[in-house]
Amino acid sequence: MSELTLSVTPPDTDRVARAARQAARVRRWGWWYQAEWRLFSMKAYLSSVFGWAVLVPLLYVLAMGVGLGALVDGRSGGIDGVPYLTFVAPGLLVSTAVMSFSNEMMFPVMSGFKWQELYFARAATSGSAGQVAIAELVAVTIRSLGESAIFWVVLISLGATSGGLSALMIPIGALSGLALGAPIAAYSATLANEGFQFSMIQRFVLNPMFLFAGTFYPLATMPVYLQWIGWISPMWHGTQLARALSFGLPLSGAEIAFHLGFLIVAAATGCALTIRNFRRRLTK
Amino acid sequence: MPVIEAHALTKTYGELNAVDGIDFEVAPGESFGLLGPNGAGKSTAMRMIGGTSLRTSGTLLVNGLDPETHGPEVRASLGVVPQTDNLDPELKARDNLLMYGRYFGLPYSYLRPKADELLEFAQLTDKAAEKVDNLSGGMKRRLTIARSLINDPSVLLLDEPTTGLDPQARHILWDRLFRLKETGVTLIVTTHFMDEAEQLCDRLVVMDHGRIVAEGSPASLIRQYSTREVLELRFGSERNAALVDRLRGFATRIEALPDRVLLYAEDGEESLAAVRRDGLEPVTSLVRRSSLEDVFLRLTGRSLVE
Ligand SMILES: Nc1ncnc2c1ncn2[C@@H]1O[C@H](COP(=O)(O)OP(=O)(O)O)[C@@H](O)[C@H]1O
Ligand SMILES: [Mg+2]
Repeated sequence: MSELTLSVTPPDTDRVARAARQAARVRRWGWWYQAEWRLFSMKAYLSSVFGWAVLVPLLYVLAMGVGLGALVDGRSGGIDGVPYLTFVAPGLLVSTAVMSFSNEMMFPVMSGFKWQELYFARAATSGSAGQVAIAELVAVTIRSLGESAIFWVVLISLGATSGGLSALMIPIGALSGLALGAPIAAYSATLANEGFQFSMIQRFVLNPMFLFAGTFYPLATMPVYLQWIGWISPMWHGTQLARALSFGLPLSGAEIAFHLGFLIVAAATGCALTIRNFRRRLTK
Repeated sequence: MPVIEAHALTKTYGELNAVDGIDFEVAPGESFGLLGPNGAGKSTAMRMIGGTSLRTSGTLLVNGLDPETHGPEVRASLGVVPQTDNLDPELKARDNLLMYGRYFGLPYSYLRPKADELLEFAQLTDKAAEKVDNLSGGMKRRLTIARSLINDPSVLLLDEPTTGLDPQARHILWDRLFRLKETGVTLIVTTHFMDEAEQLCDRLVVMDHGRIVAEGSPASLIRQYSTREVLELRFGSERNAALVDRLRGFATRIEALPDRVLLYAEDGEESLAAVRRDGLEPVTSLVRRSSLEDVFLRLTGRSLVE
């Protein structure tokens, strides 16, 4: 009996040990706990994400591939030895992924600091400021993989690409998205107010990168003084890789390494800067 | 071992000393207050305790650990109620609790019953499935407090818990906080409301411009820095200041505010009678007990709430 009474009040050391165990778990997995809920919250606009992911490729493919394609194919028998629809499809997948990723890294990131302050809420848990940043990048990368997968299925069903290797366009799309989205996230994390800067990014960064990224015709047909926009655009690097995967655009090993290297370096740098800027802001 | 030990704790933002070398200790189970006007440095001090603001200098231990190097460990046993609610407005009330608990690495098998228990505690059971956006200000505040308890913290940081709430909502909240205190949770409360400090705190420090200007229990601070009673007189805004010299003899200390004159005295009624005997007839008069507001006025020459 007396033993029973003793065990009723847990000693304080229990609490300390429990907190230490929890903290150890969060040090390892905190980024994932947060990413999970970020993905769960996207549920609210899941149907619109999904609708968008189906509608955008359909519209583009119909307008560009079929409309413009009839003209191009009739005049010159396609581009790079394939019908225009086949040529343009990988570029559309990659640039849609980059656009969508980038948008998710603008207002939502600013809002996390500024309006809803959700990041501050997360930083007050066992998670660390760096994990808040990682969670954000991971969640949006996963979402981007999902969107690119839907895009790819639509392309297959329209006959714009074939199965097999072309499925690798899905990770290439997400990687290209991260390569521009992560630097944008790093920038958004430094903004103190409003965010008119975002429409500037849209107009003067995203749109030119989209239009001059060789999506609709090979970059090499442009004058050299405009080609540089493509060279610094993750859309172009991703598109070239996606073309090789989708219809076998001949790329040398060096070219593949260059495109892939560019995307990886841009993504890694962007992620590192995002983590640094989140940390600064969340421990100010 | 104290729950919190701060020594020469300092935080500067550029030229500004937001927290300017403060020392304090908080014992387990104590209810400790930081009282001060806006900009005194209360929130900054709270953030440093949680390790979400890096200090400029000084030392700080929370449960024996430095929150900057042991953030996850310190925060695992800390509940934080920030000055402004930062719930996820898109999620349901109950999901907000589950999500927050998950961030502490707690399993859902623990979190589900715990969330229901806390919704009950916060009198929000019938709002469990409601989107946070649709809750009233008072409900959001209670939900934020419920959220801060999801990890069963031993220390609760409450930054202006009732600012912006109506009197009824404040009293509900105070009642919940009393119950927590009874269970042994250490409360650290910031406020610029003297009545809240008097209600909630066993002991408090008065802060101004990042410094601690006084420390003690509400009663001892009043004893030390004020008289038992205060006589508030209004003679009309032009005459108030002019009469100060004539009133001086009737009180231990006098404060002339723009709209009234405060006479500090042990017996307010007696002072009022004396003023009248002297042939002065105030437009209105009021005798009340001294409060922390008077302590603050005495210490800084300013009112707590401007
Ligand atoms: N992130 C910040 N950057 C610059 N100044 C800040 C920051 N946070 C607080 N301050 C300043 O520090 C001082 C103390 O602020 P705060 O701790 O919020 O006071 P309180 O909570 O007592 O109202 C204020 O003058 C405030 O403007
Ligand atoms: Mg404050």
